[in-house]
Amino acid sequence: MTEPSLYDEILDYANRANPWPLYEKLRSQPVWQEADGTFVVSTYREVLALQHDPRLSSDPSNLLPEFAAMRPPAEAGGGATGFIRTDPPRHDVLRRIAMRQFGPPHRPDYVDSFVPAMQGIVGKLVDKLADKQEADVVDDVAYPLPVAVICRMLGVPPEDEPTFSAWVEPIVNSLGNPTPEQLKERGDAVQAMANYMFELAQRRRAEPGDDMISGYVQDDGPDGRLEGADLFGTLVLLLIAGHETTVNLITNGWLTLQRHPDVLQRLRTEPDFSIRLVEELLRYEPPVHILPFRTATDDIELGGATIRKGHPISVMLASGNHDSTCIPHADRFDPDRRDNVHLSFASGVHYCFGAPLARLEAQLALTELARRLDNPRLLADPPPYRPSPVLRGPVHLPIAYDGVSPA
Amino acid sequence: MRVVVDLTKCEGYAQCAFLAPEAFRMVGDEALMFDPSPPDELREKVLRAAAACPVQALQVDMADLPPQPQAETTAVHGDDRLRHDGRVVIVGASLAGLKAAEQLRAEGFAGSLTMIGDEPEEPYDRPPLSKQVQTGWVHSADTTLPRRREIDAEWKLGVAATGLDLDRNVVTLADGQEVGFDRLLISTGVRARPWPIPEEAALDGVFTIRTRADASGLRERLMNKPSRVLVIGSGFTGSEMASVCVELGIPVTVAEAGPAPLSGALGGVIGRIAGGIMREHGVDLRTNTMVTSLQGEDGRLRRALLSDGTTIDVDVAVVALGGIRNVEWLENSNLAVGVWGVACDAGCRAFDANGLVTDDVFVAGDVARQPQPMFGYQFLAMEHWGNAVSQAEVAAHNMISSESDRWPHLEVSAFWSLQFGNNIKSVGVPTFADQVAITQGSVHTRQFVAAYGYKGRMVGAVSWNQGKWLDFYEDLIEQAAPFPPPYEMTNPPEDRTPVPAEFPERTYPGREATVVVTGHDPSERRATLVRNARRR
Ligand SMILES: Cc1cc2nc3c(=O)[nH]c(=O)nc-3n(C[C@H](O)[C@H](O)[C@H](O)COP(=O)(O)OP(=O)(O)OC[C@H]3O[C@@H](n4cnc5c(N)ncnc54)[C@H](O)[C@@H]3O)c2cc1C
Repeated sequence: MTEPSLYDEILDYANRANPWPLYEKLRSQPVWQEADGTFVVSTYREVLALQHDPRLSSDPSNLLPEFAAMRPPAEAGGGATGFIRTDPPRHDVLRRIAMRQFGPPHRPDYVDSFVPAMQGIVGKLVDKLADKQEADVVDDVAYPLPVAVICRMLGVPPEDEPTFSAWVEPIVNSLGNPTPEQLKERGDAVQAMANYMFELAQRRRAEPGDDMISGYVQDDGPDGRLEGADLFGTLVLLLIAGHETTVNLITNGWLTLQRHPDVLQRLRTEPDFSIRLVEELLRYEPPVHILPFRTATDDIELGGATIRKGHPISVMLASGNHDSTCIPHADRFDPDRRDNVHLSFASGVHYCFGAPLARLEAQLALTELARRLDNPRLLADPPPYRPSPVLRGPVHLPIAYDGVSPA
Repeated sequence: MRVVVDLTKCEGYAQCAFLAPEAFRMVGDEALMFDPSPPDELREKVLRAAAACPVQALQVDMADLPPQPQAETTAVHGDDRLRHDGRVVIVGASLAGLKAAEQLRAEGFAGSLTMIGDEPEEPYDRPPLSKQVQTGWVHSADTTLPRRREIDAEWKLGVAATGLDLDRNVVTLADGQEVGFDRLLISTGVRARPWPIPEEAALDGVFTIRTRADASGLRERLMNKPSRVLVIGSGFTGSEMASVCVELGIPVTVAEAGPAPLSGALGGVIGRIAGGIMREHGVDLRTNTMVTSLQGEDGRLRRALLSDGTTIDVDVAVVALGGIRNVEWLENSNLAVGVWGVACDAGCRAFDANGLVTDDVFVAGDVARQPQPMFGYQFLAMEHWGNAVSQAEVAAHNMISSESDRWPHLEVSAFWSLQFGNNIKSVGVPTFADQVAITQGSVHTRQFVAAYGYKGRMVGAVSWNQGKWLDFYEDLIEQAAPFPPPYEMTNPPEDRTPVPAEFPERTYPGREATVVVTGHDPSERRATLVRNARRR
């Protein structure tokens, strides 16, 4: 039997709580080829360069036939995947149409206009902690917040939110190494969600509101309209991506704060502190660790190796963030860090669509928790982690506290 | 508060525009416009935007920055005395001057620092003057550059330097003062080249655009809805002004002596694309056409005669014919100066008239002319924002470092321009090229990248609303990669065959003799610059 490779060890659940020493070893060779043909890119400069390289493809159809089994599962019923698994120019068109309802240049203040609403949601979630002494940061705050926000933005009626959460669960559970049953449940959930979205889109077409779905079915930009599979693919993508990662950002963030009580204390008292704090949290404990399923349209010379055309590539974002050859004292958690150029939302044309939302949600949630929880403490360190090595974060984060201050 | 965005770095991720939409706006897909002095109520949002910038291009005043990390106690190289109580003088208090001052302090320079500038204002940012200032979003007085750190300088503003005496290491000022130095930085930039016929240039309605005063005068006139504006010259500034007129709904004629707009900087092939865009937007673009005279009545501009035989009625003319380097004050300094600027080595040390490198006079920014190792060691002046910053940093470092610790300035030059909703960015030195090829995207949709090659090697690239890819091309230029790029890429163009880039024939400044050489033995040979050697 062969030794497990470093990359295998990273994927191994046993190392989920602390992958950092493994990443450090991985970086001794910036580009590494696995026995199965996958290339693993782990150093800051190479990770950054690769994402600006027009030979890097996100479209799985560019994988050589022998790697077909490694293709990611299709996201929605019709095989639509939204824009994340497409390349320019199609990527750019789909993303531009999606952006038209979400942000600049067409709708510059849409996200900003949600800040009061987000604040309200966070406040209510923390209020609910008042009648108990223990809570789960995941179930009680980190998870419900982004779901509520993305539902409001898209235009999902609040009464349907619970149904939604039920569909999202199996999708989340299937990340990592899913069993065949989990995959089936995932497929069913995606299908149900697509059906729901179809009906919702019909309703919004008849009775449009200010929300994004109404925009998608009503408003034509220069690039035209999202239709059929493109529409559902995009909606399912926004919904899932819209909170999957934010849960980890908030949870990892709270865990890190509990491990650094002095920083937690500053967050209670310094008004603007959450802004830089969240950037450093993004760098130090990023919600997305790996961009898998990339491939190359041609051979790429990188970091002293040649990535072969058509081979799978895993881009190690979290490892890049801790590369001390480019980032001073990378393993130090330092919210006063200047010029924090982390890779956590990726880079280049696939830069995270929802990044502004994730930032605001984390800033608001962490500040509110810090300000209002009296003497919070971890009940488990490390907490239990979710299975996925790609979207890494605790599955639960149980804490105890002495009380909750009024808002 | 004060804000500046390093648009050379900006890749158009729009995080700032999401988080502080009042202060940052996207134009088209990826071009950014910003308010350089957003109101204090927006402070929190602007700080959010600054922290979120994925490339950290958004800069705010030091008061809004995280506390300075403890200075690293690395071994100090170089002249300790100079670092502790040396005297540094910077002449030209604008972008390059300010950046150099900040870098000096960042590197631990503790001596005295004097900033001399002939403009009365603190250093301000010029690129907005032809963009958001003209459209009326931003007032020209509000473009003061943020301070990234305490520079603790003595400021002498509103007073020009008039001479440099290298025997005594003294700068003389217009008011008769003398300022002594151990190290001098020359960053006097360029001024706008005026319309060559003085009486016509003096007509009310004829503008250049280099300073705040120029910009606010022009803006005022545009607000009065002139019946037609004439833009003379369609380089970047002229093209941006044409774009502003279109945005303001003012009819505009552009007269361009060359075959296409931007053709001096990007060549005829890419220039024709820019010309097509201009015409689509209703600009009356006249290529291969010169303005032969500007005519006025009662001292006001009324019409212009063009070499195509036509006469047009105009109330405003914007003269965008490039710049003249501010070197007159150095004429008797015995430095290597001329119409082409101040020549220096790759470490920003000025050459004297003999071509010998000085060790205490440094140059940075638009006025500097430096050999470019990546481009055959040609001496080039790069009149770009990013170049002023990077040269200033290198110059400042070298000013206070020992010989063995000097840095060469090897930045790949980069430039951006915003016109007709298009974000145009270039890296490298396209003008060095003989060929150009579209490598990604589609000219038709105005989203493409073109690479420039010289004798089979990559020397430059320009992106049109595709700026996120430029890092890749920058690397290729640094590696002297083959041209045309032989790779299969995503988003391939319809046709990527290289074609001649169509640059105007290069004219070498200083082709005429400007130096007299005397002496016979190697030890006595000396060059002396002669004034007015360029006879008409
Ligand atoms: C309208 C406009 C738009 C622009 N847009 C872009 C753009 O989109 N992208 C880009 O990359 N670049 C752009 N630029 C170019 C960019 O602004 C310059 O490259 C940059 O300002 C150069 O900085 P500098 O400090 O070298 O010179 P300058 O900014 O020219 O500063 C030189 C300073 O020295 C002063 N001075 C001159 N002589 C003396 C003297 N004898 N004594 C004392 N002081 C003196 C001058 O008055 C001036 O204040 C633009 C420039 C202008 C004018």
